[in-house]
Amino acid sequence: MKVSILQFPGTNCEYDTQHAFKELGAETEIIWHKSETIPADTNLLVVAGGFSYGDYLRSGAIARFSPVMKAVIAYAKNGGKVLGICNGFQVLTEAGLLPGALKRNENLHFISKHHHLKVINNDNVFLEKLENNSVVNIPIAHHDGNYFIDSDGLQELESNNQILLKYTDANGEIRNPNGSVESIAGVCNKDKNVFGLMPHPERAMELILGSDDGVAMLQGFLK
Amino acid sequence: MIKAIVNVSLKAGVLDSQGKAVHHALDSLHFNGVNDVRVGKQIILKLDTDNKETAMNDVTKMCEELLANTVIEDYEIELV
Repeated sequence: MKVSILQFPGTNCEYDTQHAFKELGAETEIIWHKSETIPADTNLLVVAGGFSYGDYLRSGAIARFSPVMKAVIAYAKNGGKVLGICNGFQVLTEAGLLPGALKRNENLHFISKHHHLKVINNDNVFLEKLENNSVVNIPIAHHDGNYFIDSDGLQELESNNQILLKYTDANGEIRNPNGSVESIAGVCNKDKNVFGLMPHPERAMELILGSDDGVAMLQGFLK
Repeated sequence: MIKAIVNVSLKAGVLDSQGKAVHHALDSLHFNGVNDVRVGKQIILKLDTDNKETAMNDVTKMCEELLANTVIEDYEIELV
């Protein structure tokens, strides 16, 4: 199993992500954004978190034009599995690989804390190992995590089961930290091979660090 | 040379939290009578061309591809 992880100037979660996937037995490689190709044996391509290009203009707006993104778009269009975490989610929406956009958090604060999430749809390659309506505890750390999509887009997401995760409390009741439409924390594309989420499962790998709920999630991504 | 002034702001109907916060601050400074505040950004471009039509076409393309995210933002272009 080969996981390729993108690195832009300003990415800062690539080594955490690499460590987490290595712990689960995957082979990993970090891909600098100037590369025009991604390794041919890639099974999962991860756009890691951070602040690519200092979030200039809009989060993810400039990274989306890096040379490597052409290869990423071709990989995704070919059915390759692409995962965007946090800034990676923002890059994928800017690149048009995922619907919607991420706005400044409603309370204007950078939010960094553990948060509960509910699995909304597991009929996809990413979350099929998790039960629908199960609740996981995963850290969030973002300033622009306020997911927006217009009402037509939202209807489409709902009818195609593209909403994968929502922010909740420990009991699975909606609790919205950032103003996201419908408390959405993660969505996938129509073909269900591209998944973006604001929370950081790679930071929830050991109980001693607050939660190991990321393990099952990341294992699912490796299937 | 033509100067293009691009104003980018959140679409009507998309909640502008920064605008709301600024509005609140104006209220606390007793600037009454402010109905609504929207915060946006201004991008100023100096273009080589002298042809306004070319300039408008080019800048519109720039806005659609990069300067604005048309999922949530509107843009206005002024040429001077």
